[in-house]
Amino acid sequence: MSVETHEAVHRHEPPTSFIRKYIFSLDHKVIGIQYIILALVAVIVGMTMSVLMRMNLSWPGTNWPILGTLFPAGAPGGIMNPEFYLSLVTMHGTIMVFFVLTTAPQGGFGNYFLPIQIGAEDMAFPVLNMLSFWVTLVGFIVILAAIFASGSASTVGPIGGWTGYAPLSALGQIAGPGQGLGMNLWIISIAIFCVGSLLGALNFITTLLNMRTRGMTLMRMPLTCWAWFTTAVLALLSFPVLLGGGILLLLDRLAGTSFFIPGGLYVSGILSGTNPSFPVHTGGSPILWQHLFWFFGHPEVYIAILPGMGATSHILSTFARKPIFGYRAMVFAIFAIGLLGFFVWGHHMFISGMSPYSAMTFSILTLSIGVPSAVKTFNWLGTLWGARIRFTTAMLFAIGFVSLFVAGGITGLVLGQTSLDLPMHDTYFVTAHFHLVMGVASIFGMFAATYFWFPKVFGRFMSEGMGKIHFWITFVGVYCIFVPMHVMGIVGMPRRFSSFTEYTFLSRLHPLVVFVSIVAIITVLAQFLFYFNLIWSIFKGKKAGPNPWDATTLEWITPSPPPHDNFAGVLPTVYRGPYEFAVPGAPNDFVMQTEPETEAERTGGNGHNGHRH
Amino acid sequence: MATTVTGTKPLTQTRLGGGSKSRGPNGNGSPKRNGHGHAFFDARSSANRYRIGMWVGMASILMLFTGLSSAYIVRAASANDWQPLRMPRVLLLSTALIIISSITLEFARRKFKNAAQSAHKSLLAVTTLLGFGFLASQVFAWNQLAQQGIYISSNPHSSFFYLLTATHAVHLLGGLAGLMFLTLRSRLRIDDELAAAKGQAQTDAVTLYWHFMDVLWIYLFLLLFFWRQV
Repeated sequence: MSVETHEAVHRHEPPTSFIRKYIFSLDHKVIGIQYIILALVAVIVGMTMSVLMRMNLSWPGTNWPILGTLFPAGAPGGIMNPEFYLSLVTMHGTIMVFFVLTTAPQGGFGNYFLPIQIGAEDMAFPVLNMLSFWVTLVGFIVILAAIFASGSASTVGPIGGWTGYAPLSALGQIAGPGQGLGMNLWIISIAIFCVGSLLGALNFITTLLNMRTRGMTLMRMPLTCWAWFTTAVLALLSFPVLLGGGILLLLDRLAGTSFFIPGGLYVSGILSGTNPSFPVHTGGSPILWQHLFWFFGHPEVYIAILPGMGATSHILSTFARKPIFGYRAMVFAIFAIGLLGFFVWGHHMFISGMSPYSAMTFSILTLSIGVPSAVKTFNWLGTLWGARIRFTTAMLFAIGFVSLFVAGGITGLVLGQTSLDLPMHDTYFVTAHFHLVMGVASIFGMFAATYFWFPKVFGRFMSEGMGKIHFWITFVGVYCIFVPMHVMGIVGMPRRFSSFTEYTFLSRLHPLVVFVSIVAIITVLAQFLFYFNLIWSIFKGKKAGPNPWDATTLEWITPSPPPHDNFAGVLPTVYRGPYEFAVPGAPNDFVMQTEPETEAERTGGNGHNGHRH
Repeated sequence: MATTVTGTKPLTQTRLGGGSKSRGPNGNGSPKRNGHGHAFFDARSSANRYRIGMWVGMASILMLFTGLSSAYIVRAASANDWQPLRMPRVLLLSTALIIISSITLEFARRKFKNAAQSAHKSLLAVTTLLGFGFLASQVFAWNQLAQQGIYISSNPHSSFFYLLTATHAVHLLGGLAGLMFLTLRSRLRIDDELAAAKGQAQTDAVTLYWHFMDVLWIYLFLLLFFWRQV
């Protein structure tokens, strides 16, 4: 805990007006919390949609009067119609992927902790940071508007899945329900989101490269920082491609171009070019949209999960009271996953009619991601091996992350092979796979991060009792939801269908469908315990000191909550790596990064080498 | 792996991006500021963020145009409805204007450091004028095509022509905003090391961006009118 004090102290006082302090704040910590609040709101919207979908699948044709009042077009008389279901599928996916899985891990936790962990006072460009949040918020408002923009009479919001495949998404009103104004707003919202994310990514990368404090070399950074950095690089290089694709799609819809619309289409009883409502189109390529979308879409799943991996590594090491196993290997594995993520987008398109040779290339590259993923998994297990684990709620969620990452990742090996993917494509098997590995695992990483860093942000612990109940219901719940979905997929239940009553070969699965829905509702209810815990603990939680978990990294040397300029004007100097737990000969079982080297370490004596194994 | 579990090896690698290359006994930064003063108040290191940020931003813009170019190439090859446009001659003027503006801005950048502030200012003004000239010339080209009845939806090549030139123009507007920022800034007196380093870094960043816009335009020009005129 030594901070050099012979330096001049340059304090930065916080702004005093409420608006500058909490609304249009330039402080990365406030902006981080704003991002997290945005994600907490968005996730309620997304969860509500998933419950509505489950209810429709289990009890089709039931009258839900409140739906009839809210969405007279989508649920006439309270009975959900198929178009309404499809727009729920679309909006659930879009909101969850963009406004939850991309904002909370990176914009939220990354914003709050990256500058503190590298010993900086703020981000490199605070104004840009503020802008990136407000741009993202505008994107969220536009997507909410899309839900209520009933372009055509019988629907709410856009229909197209979160992937918005052309030509359906490119044709406009003529293509039927959900293709009018709502779809335009959907594309515009994504484009706005891209801009916000790009500003954020630029800021993260510059901050990490330029603003590390003295002694904070790259290889002394916590793994969380490596994860946020890699995520920012992925966002920086993949979002522009989606933005470009979105512009082309919007032009197809609004300016009459034919980037994605092939010639000779016969839609809603009208042949392209024979009616003013459907102008002539020639020669566009729907597959081109898929390429542009998935070139972004695959890195996006790593954008969602890498911060979770970083947080998990950080928390496992802290509560196992052991150095992370293979720090260097972990860093290279993060980078390898990020790099390979750019060359595998084709595995989403195996059934698009691509050449078998390209399919094979994509397949081999996809399976090779298993190597760095396994490196990470084994290193996590190695960290836990023989440790005296402190089973806090944060630790439980981190272990849960490892479990879900393995359980969800293993089916990736199935889907990554062309021959197995062809029959599985567009079934519940795929839904189960990506929900486990991308959705729930990332969210577990964020739960772990919330329970872990809450004492730093608010100076109080979250309730461990409520936390553990929350963990066990959620952990058992998600397995009970998604494991049966694998079975449904193998039987052949297709994704995105609003009802299966007319498919007799699927009728035997109905009890399983009802079971999944009931568990889903229980699991969703358990999340309200988390929300309650969050708010209750801000006011009533047990008080926490600066370093309640006996951790080693820089965020724990400053008071909880940290002052406006993070380190009260005296920036720390870093002397050692981030995970020095259980160092033989040290007075405590943890050595802070700011602890100067001892004489023995400097001379390369016993103290330095003692913890090598 | 076992020997480097927590990365406590002696620090020998050079620092990536920013800051001084030489390293003090405690890691980042020069020996000069090891002990007194603050890494962050070291003017050069702090100002470096503008250059790094610009490189990062340019990588992102490059990916946007890479995505659009790949769409262009795929679309050109995938159907037989491609009708190449005849190049509006005024685009040669655009190209000349932007190349000259890049040169004048480079001279302006080099004049920033010396006491030759007035030369810096006038070169900035010339560059800004040339930038607006480029935009005017682009608008003229769009007008010319529109008068021939060639619009964005006319055929795939015209769609891409309007799209790529407009996207480039929008990014060029950002460059013009940067030039105007530098012009405003050049009215300020520079009285300390920090302000000087910051001013130089911002000038470098805008110049870098402008050169990027220049090279990007030449690339788009070649792609649109000289790449496989199918």
